[in-house]
Amino acid sequence: MSPLDTLRTAVSSLGANKLRAGLTVLGIVIGVTAVISLMSIGRGAQEAITSRIESLGTNLLFVRPGSVSQGGGVFGGQGSAATLTLDDAYALLDPTLASSVAAVAPELRTSGQIVAGRNNTFTQIVGVTPEYQFVRNFPVASGQFISGTHVARRSEVVVIGSSVAETLFGLRDPVGQTLRVNGRRFTVIGVLESQGGTAFGLFDDQVLVPITTAYYRLASQRTTQGGVSVQTINVEVRDEGAMDRAIQEIATVLRLRHRLNGEDDFTISSQQETIETLEETTETFVVFLGAIAGISLLVGGIGIMNIMLVSVTERTREIGVRKAMGAKRRDILLQFVSEATMLSLGGGGAGVLMGLAVARLIDGRTLAGQSFQTAFSGDIAVLALVVSAAIGLFFGIYPAMRAAALHPIEALRHE
Amino acid sequence: MIQLDSVTKVYRMGSVDVAALQEVSLSIQRGEMVAIVGPSGSGKSTLMNVLGCLDVPTSGVYTLEGEEVGQLSDDRLAEIRNRKIGFVFQTYNLLPRISAVANVELPLMYGRTPQRRQKALEALERVGLSERAAHRPTELSGGEQQRVGIARALAKSPSILLADEPTGNLDSASSGEILSILLGLNEEGITVIIVTHERDIALETGRIISMLDGRVVSDEPVGSASRNGPTAGRGA
Repeated sequence: MSPLDTLRTAVSSLGANKLRAGLTVLGIVIGVTAVISLMSIGRGAQEAITSRIESLGTNLLFVRPGSVSQGGGVFGGQGSAATLTLDDAYALLDPTLASSVAAVAPELRTSGQIVAGRNNTFTQIVGVTPEYQFVRNFPVASGQFISGTHVARRSEVVVIGSSVAETLFGLRDPVGQTLRVNGRRFTVIGVLESQGGTAFGLFDDQVLVPITTAYYRLASQRTTQGGVSVQTINVEVRDEGAMDRAIQEIATVLRLRHRLNGEDDFTISSQQETIETLEETTETFVVFLGAIAGISLLVGGIGIMNIMLVSVTERTREIGVRKAMGAKRRDILLQFVSEATMLSLGGGGAGVLMGLAVARLIDGRTLAGQSFQTAFSGDIAVLALVVSAAIGLFFGIYPAMRAAALHPIEALRHE
Repeated sequence: MIQLDSVTKVYRMGSVDVAALQEVSLSIQRGEMVAIVGPSGSGKSTLMNVLGCLDVPTSGVYTLEGEEVGQLSDDRLAEIRNRKIGFVFQTYNLLPRISAVANVELPLMYGRTPQRRQKALEALERVGLSERAAHRPTELSGGEQQRVGIARALAKSPSILLADEPTGNLDSASSGEILSILLGLNEEGITVIIVTHERDIALETGRIISMLDGRVVSDEPVGSASRNGPTAGRGA
């Protein structure tokens, strides 16, 4: 029997019971739709995060305190020690020892309760210097950014993220208003531009204060050597080609300043590494979403197997007739396997289209307080089609084998 | 062309072995028209299944056109059925969802024969059913369905036509038609073997093999006068 005849026979058999075929296909359609739309959402989130980080430029390095053993030999995690200071940050601007460094932006993170009138929010407070605005690419939408004077005077001024502004002030202009951070009165001098779009909304829900203010007025942590301790020094390198050299230079400067000979008490990581780590994490998340959706695909596959088994029983006599007419085992096997595969592949195709439609529909909308961004990629579609074809084969092969193994005489006698 | 040498077929029913055929030996020549008769349980259907290569004997030798079919694999048997044997069933066994001509095409499809549609239409013409080719079996009368069945059996120009109670489900008028079609095909040189329990159908053939308890109890030619005479007692 030619492959074309096999396909034709399968189509005509499926066509004989359209409602049943349709309902069976529906199981796969729903499964594939779920896989496609959930994975598109996952990929969307991944892209949003990656592009936000990439927009900072790939010529960024992060210097963080390394883990140092403390007292009883307990190792803290990266960033847990307070070994980097504001002076360390400015020392990296040395034009001879660290010529590849273009700018530094130290930061000190803490968190706290922020109250304005009857509204309050608990959020991230980042102590920064004026350079932070350019190095981390946080332009202000209104008002001004923290200035050198603010840092020098430990001024109690704050630049707030757009979602903080909305929470605390609603539609009013926050610039010039006062608010309380951990009980202290601060003046709002600016509002950051919304970074928008990310499913996680990391960057809009934070407030910036002068780094000295953060250290002396808000944070509890003090460095042992005196001076303002910082958690991260963002370093902008002059050009991307000089990344490795910059890492060497920074390490040299810090080793000199910390009088180190042996283990470093700081770590330097690049933007690229951060992106890679994040991508790994979010990829896991995407695969996890896909796997959950895959369960419904599995259920669809079981539906196919069920219907194929019923079909083999119902058509036992037909199988007997075909065998009497000279159909070989393989002919019968292929006929039923192609029926199952057609069901699953048809469902897969329809599911890809539906999934695409769902992803389109969700894209850019806010649902349950989360703004969604979706990204559809061909590889997900191909994967979904391949998986659904495989499901048809897998769940179709057993019923088909039963059909092929039927003895012609018994099949012909079947009532 | 058909040669059975002490063919025995044993079925296992639960824990008991039942011998459906016991040491059956017979030979059938090309162009013969043979009736196999006997009460139910006599082994005539089993003999039919063995002759039709739907089943293999437990012991003994079955030679079909010089080829020993006794111990062939399922797929080889399927091939032989496809090439050499045309089946006509009591219940027609047409596939209900496809047209008459598509039913006739089935053996051609499995045999990968070229120009299927044309050959199938020719076969339908031989049974006088060309104008009903596009109809589905459910739209045809019993007699017409059986004619489609015969056309299907004929389509691959088999050496043997095996008919298992071909008129069992038909009224006498249709039975007469079917019988005369089978007689006509035999006159064209096709070997026809009919399993029947109707005495007057058997009398139309050239030879009657009587079965009882898995054995051939008589095997005798029918007088040519009887064969070409009127179908007495059938009122056809």
